[in-house]
Amino acid sequence: MSDSVKLMDVAIWRGDATGGAYEHFEVPAQESQTILDVVSWIQQNQDANLTYRYACRVGMCGSCAMMVNGTPRWTCRTHVKKVLDGNKLTVAPLRNLPVIKDLATDMDPFFDKWVEAEGVHHPSKTRDDAIELIDPKSSARVEANTGIECINCSICYAACDTVAGNTDYLGPAALQRSWTLYNDARDADKQGILDAVSGTGGCHNCHSQGSCAVHCPNDLNPMKAIAGLKRATAMSFLKNGR
Amino acid sequence: MLDIRLYMLQRLSALFMGPFVLIHIAVMIYAIQGGLSTGEILGRTQGSVTWFLFYAMFVIAVSVHSAIGLRVIVHEFLGLKGFALSTLTWTICVVLLFMGGRAVTAVTML
Repeated sequence: MSDSVKLMDVAIWRGDATGGAYEHFEVPAQESQTILDVVSWIQQNQDANLTYRYACRVGMCGSCAMMVNGTPRWTCRTHVKKVLDGNKLTVAPLRNLPVIKDLATDMDPFFDKWVEAEGVHHPSKTRDDAIELIDPKSSARVEANTGIECINCSICYAACDTVAGNTDYLGPAALQRSWTLYNDARDADKQGILDAVSGTGGCHNCHSQGSCAVHCPNDLNPMKAIAGLKRATAMSFLKNGR
Repeated sequence: MLDIRLYMLQRLSALFMGPFVLIHIAVMIYAIQGGLSTGEILGRTQGSVTWFLFYAMFVIAVSVHSAIGLRVIVHEFLGLKGFALSTLTWTICVVLLFMGGRAVTAVTML
């Protein structure tokens, strides 16, 4: 390697569910380089055993999120120049999720909570019925549209201090999904959604700190969705006692 | 840890506490303007059903609100959960009710 190539000091967390530590690598800096490029370079050139997860590389699949210098980020769309601290980079597995190995986390708790939050479609029609026409300008549809670009990357879940302190908490992404379905005219079980988010791990545990909205790579606002759920559940409680 | 029932209890108790706090502070400021002594204040509050009801409701709201708030903090910072957490919540509520109740009866009962 030429002496003129600038080398970055990259600390990568290595280990598994039982524990681990940071391992340092020297990685050549390039003009246009993402964090995922850096991690891939290490895996391809220095340690083939390095484990990490990615798929689309263009910010659509939500697979490659990691902690970069202590902040949850989508690594395929994060340029090194934006986050380089002097000459150092620190890359770790996502916070608030169990580690499988190195930079790959077990996403099961995250997706299990989508199901717990009734983040599934409850059909109102059969295949024999006519397709329901949706008014794109209706206030409910406009509200639902604010959350549909979620790519399930779990960055908001990793950023959330309430998740860190309360393992039962459903988390911002799952609750935002519930709010989207609650506002969807095609969903037939709105009370079921409110019941699902009103339990001991539900939306009422959110402290509105807003880390989810700050770190969401798609500029979504799960905190606002959770506030909507709090309003809807409070109205339901006053009207129906639940 | 915080379901809809506890959430509503905490919000509704806060709804009551807000005006109670303002009235309490406003009356205190008003009452001491002329240099009232403790004895003169007690002379006005003891035997007053209005002040008994006011401070009794105040104490109930504070006890409920504080117990639920501390429940959240204890769970998130110390990891206490389940039966132990519920026991602590109820204990805080009962202790505050008892202490507040003593103060209210001392100030408003003849």
